[in-house]
Amino acid sequence: MSLTPEVVTQIAQLARLRLSAVEVEMFTRQLNDILLYVAKLNELDTTEVPPMTHVLDLTNAFRPDEVKAGLSPDEALANAPQQQRQAFVVPKII
Amino acid sequence: MMDSWQHLTIHEAQSLLHKKEISAVELTNGFLARIAALDGRLHCYLTVDAEGALAQAQEADKRLAAGAAGPLTGIPLAIKDLIATKGLRTTCASKYLENFIPPYDATVTQKLRQAGAVILGKVNMDEFAMGSSTENSAFGVTRNPWHMDYIPGGSSGGSAAAVAADLCLAALGSDTGGSIRQPASHCGVVGLKPTYGRVSRFGLVAYASSLDQIGPLTKDVTDSALLLQAIAGHDPQDSTSAPLPVPDYAAALHQDVTGLKIGVPREYFGQGLDPEVEQAVRAALSHYERLGAELLEVSLPHTEYAVAVYYLIATAEASSNLARYDGVKYGWRDPAAKELHDMYLATRSQGLGTEVRRRIMLGTYALSAGYYDAYYRKASQVRTLIRRDFDQVFQTCQVVATPVAPTAAFRLGEKIDDPLTMYLSDIFTISANLAGIPGISLPCGFTAQGLPIGLQLLAPPFAEPTLLTAAHAFQQTTSFHRRRPPL
Repeated sequence: MSLTPEVVTQIAQLARLRLSAVEVEMFTRQLNDILLYVAKLNELDTTEVPPMTHVLDLTNAFRPDEVKAGLSPDEALANAPQQQRQAFVVPKII
Repeated sequence: MMDSWQHLTIHEAQSLLHKKEISAVELTNGFLARIAALDGRLHCYLTVDAEGALAQAQEADKRLAAGAAGPLTGIPLAIKDLIATKGLRTTCASKYLENFIPPYDATVTQKLRQAGAVILGKVNMDEFAMGSSTENSAFGVTRNPWHMDYIPGGSSGGSAAAVAADLCLAALGSDTGGSIRQPASHCGVVGLKPTYGRVSRFGLVAYASSLDQIGPLTKDVTDSALLLQAIAGHDPQDSTSAPLPVPDYAAALHQDVTGLKIGVPREYFGQGLDPEVEQAVRAALSHYERLGAELLEVSLPHTEYAVAVYYLIATAEASSNLARYDGVKYGWRDPAAKELHDMYLATRSQGLGTEVRRRIMLGTYALSAGYYDAYYRKASQVRTLIRRDFDQVFQTCQVVATPVAPTAAFRLGEKIDDPLTMYLSDIFTISANLAGIPGISLPCGFTAQGLPIGLQLLAPPFAEPTLLTAAHAFQQTTSFHRRRPPL
């Protein structure tokens, strides 16, 4: 499996990244190097091996549903790039 | 005065504070002066909070005078810049978060404050903890205090260098694939990665959530025990934190290692291991034998697959975690963007550095339709095999001993253009994160050039006391950890 510059551009779209032509060339080369290296995992037969998603045997960490103080609107908005009337401002969507 | 306190450990400073031979304000002022004098060259700190630190030190002095001191009262510490500190800038060494002021404290920050610690400031790292050299910081490299042309390791390079250069008494870092242990090794300090779930991750900016863990970087093992005691424990705000009682770590320091079975995995002593590193680590192993421990050769057969597994799982998790940096709720936004989709693209492309974008790309690919089974699922299966290797080995020994890294610190710029080679420098530390087990890195020698070499000890889940016992026994009978860089 070898990545083409077209596929790299498509992945960038999925990840909401914009790449320059130079970056597309660089990432294509570097990601192919890395994918070639990780292909060594195919040396192993894992048919019977369950995937590990987590190292601890924890399921459903419940806690009481209590009302607690949260951030005030001003605190929540304090780091916003743009805000107005207690709301986040974003560029036009449609 | 200036010179007598700078090499202090936490436990030595505690004793001076309690005997009133030094005040917390004097100690804090001393560190602030030393940072002002040396950090222009080293660049460990991204933010120094002189005002906040002095206020905390004054409070500490009041508590000391009243006999109401906590376990860390008046102890000046540094915190890696991806752990939230309320009101104090937390950048993750990213342009995207350059001006981010957290509205809350991470659980570990809150615990340090409750214990009475003085927070000197926030220290440098690879952007979002992605890197092995601290060269991926958006705000410039940190230098190795032992040699200015060398990297301090990463991603907690600022934490390790600040401890080594005596710019704080100790520091917190985070470890996803070796990011505490490898810089600790390269800077000649002690770095402890706790068991996954031992320390709360609430307020730790997420890189790879199933691997990330916060831990201490300190000048000796006694301090590791002290700092771990302060930050460990279950936290209802982190659903992955372990609901287990926290043992008395200081008590573990006074156990001895007679009869301790130390496994030496042959896969860690093969090709690619620098001869000087091998020699120092083998000498450390012989030292353990003299102390009464028993060495046995063991095998961790899937070691060679760990880097491949890590760079699929960690990047997959990162691609999801870093989707939140969209320019809407906090952080930087490209002000020129006129339309929403364009704003996402422009903001993320300019706000995030090259290594971060490379990992997002790799992770997005590994999770994408048609490739999920071949990459992410396959890696998760091999992760199970790596964990089983350790489960098996720990039936015959209590501790596994290995080098921390295949070489001592490398030169600045040496690997920055070759990501795969950089990734392979984590080959000995990554398995512990994949298996979720604790590991400690401690100084065990120096290269001919004078760069520190580290020994890594690994133990079963929640066996931090065993690690502390073994590491402390080594430091009680050696002096590598007492050497200081020529600054």
